[in-house]
Amino acid sequence: MAALQPLDDAADRVVGLGVDDQPLADTDAVSVAAATGRRGARGRRGRKGAAFWLAVGWLVLVAFCGIAATWLPLQDPNTPNVIARLDGPNPDNLLGADALGRDQLSRIVHAARVSVVVSVSAVGIGMVVGGVIGTAVGYVRGRTETTVMAAVDVLAAFPGLVLLLVLLAYVGRSLTIISLVIGFLSIPIYTRVARANTLAVAQREFVHAAHTMGARRSRILFREIIPNVVPPVAAFALVAMGLVIVLEGSLALLGLSIEPPDPTWGGMIAASKPHLDEAPHTALVPSAAMFLTVLSLNFVGDTLRRSFDVKDSGL
Amino acid sequence: MRQLLIRLPMMVATLLVVSFLTFLLTTLLKGDPAVLILGPEGAQDPQAVAAVREDLRLDDPLPTRYVAWLGDAVSGDLGRSYRTGQSVTEAIGERLPVTLEIGVLAITIALAASIPLGTLSAFRAGGAADRVITGTSFGLLAVPSFMMAILLIWILAEWLGWLPATGWVRLTDDPVENLRTAIMPALALAIGECAVYTRLLRADMITTLQQDSITMARAKGIPTRRILFRHALRPSSFSLMTVVGLQVGAIIGGAVIVEQLFALPGIGRLLVDSILQRDLIMVQGVALVIAISFVVINFIVDLLYTVLDPRIRHGRAATA
Repeated sequence: MAALQPLDDAADRVVGLGVDDQPLADTDAVSVAAATGRRGARGRRGRKGAAFWLAVGWLVLVAFCGIAATWLPLQDPNTPNVIARLDGPNPDNLLGADALGRDQLSRIVHAARVSVVVSVSAVGIGMVVGGVIGTAVGYVRGRTETTVMAAVDVLAAFPGLVLLLVLLAYVGRSLTIISLVIGFLSIPIYTRVARANTLAVAQREFVHAAHTMGARRSRILFREIIPNVVPPVAAFALVAMGLVIVLEGSLALLGLSIEPPDPTWGGMIAASKPHLDEAPHTALVPSAAMFLTVLSLNFVGDTLRRSFDVKDSGL
Repeated sequence: MRQLLIRLPMMVATLLVVSFLTFLLTTLLKGDPAVLILGPEGAQDPQAVAAVREDLRLDDPLPTRYVAWLGDAVSGDLGRSYRTGQSVTEAIGERLPVTLEIGVLAITIALAASIPLGTLSAFRAGGAADRVITGTSFGLLAVPSFMMAILLIWILAEWLGWLPATGWVRLTDDPVENLRTAIMPALALAIGECAVYTRLLRADMITTLQQDSITMARAKGIPTRRILFRHALRPSSFSLMTVVGLQVGAIIGGAVIVEQLFALPGIGRLLVDSILQRDLIMVQGVALVIAISFVVINFIVDLLYTVLDPRIRHGRAATA
């Protein structure tokens, strides 16, 4: 079994998209600081830079658009206007118009709703269910852990997008079903992340101390372990939201997301393809919205994870 | 060899579970699968429905059906599409080479770019080149393959007009044209992968470069290039390899999208088309083949460790 260790370790790192996970970042921060001495521990931690708050600001804006799109003073996102067809940015349509002359600004703002709903609910399901399972088996260990992790490995043996497509083909599709299915499919990832973090926390001194002082197992779990497992899992969840937004975009591109004419970023990108030469802005505007959102999620998630990290925090 | 003996039964077990889950898909359907397979018009004919029920053994109990289905699948018979009449195995056989070519090309490009980039980045960790590489790759993680595909079509096909925007020419028909149609889809997949690989290799390489053996090699006056690519690369490449294996899943997913955007006759497009036409037998077959390839590829990657890492080869614990 010991021989398999590096495999499991590496597998844990890439759960998700290959956005670096714990072990990676450890070597990252520690060795860069050691090797160069240029950016010491203080530069990387403590006060979060302007870029961090810019990213947070963008995410707040997107969330706000997702919630309030209907009440904002915008044109109707689904009303075609033949005259404005494929117009570039102008005073009437600040971000231009698409192939049916619909206002792009209004459409990307309304499309934020789909991204917000799908990512928040899918990540919520995956994080709660996977987090509970992962923490539980990581603390209890033994045969339960072996069984559960074997099941997780099998579920993860399907390429995600393919499984998603196939499931949607069989159970039908709507915003709710898409969110539920993505949430269900992401349970294994959170189980792995939560378990890995639980294993690490369970070996820390304060847990041993609590044990030595005669704390009950339930107390150790709820007062010592869970408070220390939630932050890194939540940080991972932010990164995972980016993945979900991309997944929804992929579905839209295949014509398998929510029904038109309601806008989604992926759907807008897909619709722009035939007009790329005459109106590249129809592709660039939704791409930029999606790119900035995913980038911000990755950046904020990564920064938070680093600041929650034991080795980085100097303890 | 010992590794093979441990992992082979595990892989077979995984494959069995995977095949059972794929098989169970038809039970997720609401209503009579035979009616759904034939579609609204076809289902008017009770005889046709009865024939499908007979054909799929829908009246048998589930375990019996699974065993029969698995038996057929093992002998290469995944059924026949009720929409096109084509056998599933044949359809997959026709389209697999396209997806395979794109995938292999993408991984090759990604590795060819990420190994030098990751090494350079680690060697000069904290320097200007490192910051540019790390920053760019972090940004690229936020660019999904479909966005990259649209961007490439816009720049390389519409703007510069260097490459055809869509279409596919078979390798056997015209190798040069084949490459011209394959390069853009492969690039769309490769660029995101390259970012993942580069970041991973950089992190592992930084750790390796701090080891005594590297200091020793330097002290002996071995040229830097040789130290980096001969001494440091191999011990730094283990997690990279695992990830390349695991990312095959992402590549397959990406291929589904990219084949759609570039109108390539690959297995991903077959899957999407079958889903859109509700050709459920075809969906089931394609899903099974994709899942099996994914499991087998990761099994092979696991075995490759044995070749690369002497500590595992000799059955001792890895202490890194």
